[in-house]
Amino acid sequence: MANIISDETMEYVGILAKLELSDAEKEAAKRDMGRMLDYIDKLNELDTSGVEPMSHVFPVSNVFREDVVENGDEHEKMLVNAPKVKDGMYQVPKTVE
Amino acid sequence: MEWMEMTAAELGKKIRAGELTAVDAAKAALEKIKEKDEELNCFVTVDEEDALARAARVQEKIESGELTGPLAGVPVAVKDNICTEGVLTTCSSKILYNFKPTYSAEAALRLEQAGMVMIGKTNMDEFAMGSTTETSFFGPTRNPWNTEHVPGGSSGGSCAAVAAGECSCALGSDTGGSIRQPSSFCGVTGLKPTYGTVSRYGLIAYGSSLDQIGPIARDVTDCALLLEAIASHDKKDSTSIARESYDFTSALKDDVKGMRIGIPRDYFGDGLDPEVAAAVRGAAEALKDRGAVVEEFDLSLVDYAIPAYYVIASAEASSNLARFDGVKYGYRAEEYEGLHNMYKKSRSEGFGEEVKRRIMLGSFVLSSGYYDAYYLKALRTKALIRQAFDRAFEKYDVILGPAAPTTAPKLGESLSDPLKMYLGDIYTISANLAGLPGICLPCGTDSQGLPIGLQLLGDCFQENKIIQAAYTYECVRGRFPLAGQQQ
Repeated sequence: MANIISDETMEYVGILAKLELSDAEKEAAKRDMGRMLDYIDKLNELDTSGVEPMSHVFPVSNVFREDVVENGDEHEKMLVNAPKVKDGMYQVPKTVE
Repeated sequence: MEWMEMTAAELGKKIRAGELTAVDAAKAALEKIKEKDEELNCFVTVDEEDALARAARVQEKIESGELTGPLAGVPVAVKDNICTEGVLTTCSSKILYNFKPTYSAEAALRLEQAGMVMIGKTNMDEFAMGSTTETSFFGPTRNPWNTEHVPGGSSGGSCAAVAAGECSCALGSDTGGSIRQPSSFCGVTGLKPTYGTVSRYGLIAYGSSLDQIGPIARDVTDCALLLEAIASHDKKDSTSIARESYDFTSALKDDVKGMRIGIPRDYFGDGLDPEVAAAVRGAAEALKDRGAVVEEFDLSLVDYAIPAYYVIASAEASSNLARFDGVKYGYRAEEYEGLHNMYKKSRSEGFGEEVKRRIMLGSFVLSSGYYDAYYLKALRTKALIRQAFDRAFEKYDVILGPAAPTTAPKLGESLSDPLKMYLGDIYTISANLAGLPGICLPCGTDSQGLPIGLQLLGDCFQENKIIQAAYTYECVRGRFPLAGQQQ
């Protein structure tokens, strides 16, 4: 395997992805990611110098519309889906001491 | 013929003629679901009472002359990543196990406007990540042709439900082949439209630059009708395209005289099952006999589509799935220390293995130091793949090939080796990268009695060419049976 993923890299990716993996999951993820990256390295066979990265298949950009509210107030309806609600707001653990 | 053996168009005609009501049709579908779904598990949610109430309302509108369309009163199923107001929409994930959207996806609304009766939400790979419908939190769907086999994925529930006669037609979504590959495995017809043709508003995002909603049905006519119902320019989706025409049914013509059909030699290499190859070549011969000009050519770059796809799709997924944090909806971990730990725990407990694998990969390829080497490299490869198709469509109207290298594998054979599973998407993935429309329809069965799928790809906005070629082939082939029916 050409791509060896270090524990530090996994730790960093875990922070970016906001995922907490068990030790066993971490080992499996390291192995899987290494294998995937080995496979993805196949792209290096292609000479892409001078090729613009294509993020969108059609030449569409900056699609604007008027900033007008069209939907009604769904405050109550939306809160129904929240795991925890207090005083008409989402409740989360304390973030500032 | 039983009601549920009919196509959506046939059923709609009977309903308009007053031979049965929308309520009768919904009841027939619900009965089939009761009879078969315990074993097949095509549906995550079926709300009988709701469906019958909807059907009754539709029937009133049919009788009052308000609804006159070809699909009015026809039962339809919707993939569980398409939001439906007030109806559980889970993406087959624990993290959305209790989520009832406050609005409906544009595509779902348009089904309603066409008078279709939504009977339930179909099972899928979790967040549409998978090719077998085995990664669903609610258990795998089984292939109605042989329940030891997978239905394909990720729209496996929709395809299996149509193949089993549990509904006349369904909506699926296709990010890397998720409509076409399960259609191939289940012996149904599925169409992935040109990117931007069907609004993604209310489709729970996976890979936003690749995702498209599309129809799954028993034949090409139903797919064209359903596409006409759901396609629209929607300002709520900034990637939605205003097309010149939304007429797809006028392409239902039994005529391919002079149509130029190209077969990529690179689609018939290693890994393609010989029985699949033979059936697909047989379909090409049939079109040739009807007057099409069929020839082989080298498409090139086929082997680079999968690695490019997994970089792009995972990158987009890692960003799109950041919204699931246990605050606004869905699952929240029971025990946690502080806000960040709550996010992490809710996500780690709420997402399944394959979803976590892709979020990790996506976060990695977007991280500083790797962004250029992986993410931009993949976007450059995407540009080259698009160019290869541009060259092909200068010469051909339609590209013909298999939809998948094999017929449906057995349950439990795919997940242990993700890389191998990913390779099964080799013929479908490049259409998503290039934004192209593609249709898959059955072209035979293998020696195990499992369906084989033929795929036709068109240039962007050329749905009508692939619909016409598919329809012509269908006229030669004849009606393809439902699972368990005599051919």
